[in-house]
Amino acid sequence: MISVRTMLAAASLCVAASVAAAGDVAPGAVKFVDGEVAGSLTSAAGDPAAGRKYFADRKLGNCLACHVNGDMSEQLFHGEVGPPLDGVAERWTPEQLRAIVANSKAVFGPDTVMPGFYSLEVGENVRKDLVGKTILTAEQVESIVAYLATLK
Amino acid sequence: GWLAAPAGAEPVNDDLVIDGEIHMTTRTKAAEGMPFDEVLSGWLFRTDETRMLEADSFQNPGMLYVERGEELWNKVEGEAGKSCASCHGDASKSMKGVGASYPKWDAEAGRPINVELQINNCREKNMKAEPYKFDAAEQKALTTFIKHQSLGDPLGIDLAAGDMQGWWEKGKDLYYKRTGQLNLACASCHEQYNGKYIRADHLSQGNVNGFPTYRLKQANMVSLHNRFRGCIRDTRAEFPAAFSDELMALEVYVTWRGTGLSVETPAVRQ
Ligand code: HEC
Ligand code: HEC
Ligand code: HEC
Repeated sequence: MISVRTMLAAASLCVAASVAAAGDVAPGAVKFVDGEVAGSLTSAAGDPAAGRKYFADRKLGNCLACHVNGDMSEQLFHGEVGPPLDGVAERWTPEQLRAIVANSKAVFGPDTVMPGFYSLEVGENVRKDLVGKTILTAEQVESIVAYLATLK
Repeated sequence: GWLAAPAGAEPVNDDLVIDGEIHMTTRTKAAEGMPFDEVLSGWLFRTDETRMLEADSFQNPGMLYVERGEELWNKVEGEAGKSCASCHGDASKSMKGVGASYPKWDAEAGRPINVELQINNCREKNMKAEPYKFDAAEQKALTTFIKHQSLGDPLGIDLAAGDMQGWWEKGKDLYYKRTGQLNLACASCHEQYNGKYIRADHLSQGNVNGFPTYRLKQANMVSLHNRFRGCIRDTRAEFPAAFSDELMALEVYVTWRGTGLSVETPAVRQ
């Protein structure tokens, strides 16, 4: 009984937090074709200035944990687990960048350590309050992609 | 400006000699079946200042906990009216090498136990005293004291005893199992990317030879199961209880990975 109740409680929490804003593509419905996600995950265009903030925010993208980014010289300590993102917009199209950020495994294969930021393919024993939730919202992914597109 | 993590930052090429006397093995040939040629102590991945603190026992803050542990060793507690010393005498003799050989198979419990649980066994059965709770200050101090008696001895556990091999297998599975919303395994950080910076942290091979370690960030001793839990929590996963089957299996497996490294307890880490 107790476990059913906890499950229901957890489920309703998820619904509250992960229901996409009206018009968002749900995480399970994102279409990856040849390493690209063609259309926006939201109905609006991403905001590069907001994306820059999400990129650095340790509670959101925390991308600096693993990537050097010369555009963020105001931030101390850039990680080096992944490649530097300087000039990344010259190497990848926005459609490819969207696929990489939404679910890097769909692009680099299942062994990459880069987390999928808009994906429900996660590891085991996910923290209870995060079950069924993505790391970033569709809007945050779009804004980060818009920001990455400025790194030329 | 940002600190460019030195390109492909390698572990330093340095020798750890404690007080200019005790030569430590911080780099050694990996055990048969390991994915690396060489196993490396976490000491090699720390800054000059942190490494120097560990090399000088007068400056190593962890040595205060060794002293505290020695007091506990000699303290009579429990209904049997005994201290550890009543039965084991001089720890520098009776406990020499012991810390380097845990986890050990405990036939009675039918599972491996670590030094913390052996202490609790002796407290309950031999002293008729209460077991220490996980991470009680006394547990950390006494464990630090006992492991310190093996300073410089090579880690080497007996996988032939009981079902240690089965627990090793289970620990290996856990080491490669991705957990949490971030979907990372121990191997993601400590096997695939050791030597790289993850934000401000220089990733090591995640060896256990320094535990309990003195962590400068926390200004306190950190037990091994506390560290394991912290690493698992960072993947945004629920983490297992201290001394649970999961963490004991991990301790068996990760200790084996560091076979041959010197016990450094109390190591100093960032
Ligand atoms: C835990 C580490 C980690 C985190 C956190 C991380 N990445 Fe990555 N990223 C990688 C790795 C590793 C690669 C290289 C792919 C591979 O080899 O698996 C990569 C590759 C990339 C690439 C392709 C780069 C190129 O030039 O080929 C982009 C773009 C990227 N990441 C963006 C991001 C963004 C944006 C974030 C945050 C929202 C992020 N990453 C967070 C590890 C990470
Ligand atoms: C009344 C006697 C007695 C007391 C008191 C006692 N022990 Fe023990 N201890 C033993 C015996 C007996 C063993 C088992 C020896 C064996 O068969 O390996 C043992 C084993 C151990 C071992 C394992 C040694 C090895 O080689 O694996 C450690 C560590 C230990 N004791 C620590 C302690 C500590 C710390 C205390 C005090 C908190 C303590 N003991 C108190 C009797 C005692
Ligand atoms: C997201 C990255 C990450 C993951 C996943 C991770 N760790 Fe760690 N771990 C770290 C960092 C960072 C440190 C501190 C720097 C260092 O020593 O590597 C650390 C330190 C350690 C240490 C202490 C090493 C020393 O010399 O003091 C051990 C032991 C350890 N990890 C074991 C594990 C185990 C076992 C797992 C899996 C259950 C794991 N880690 C998963 C990042 C990680």
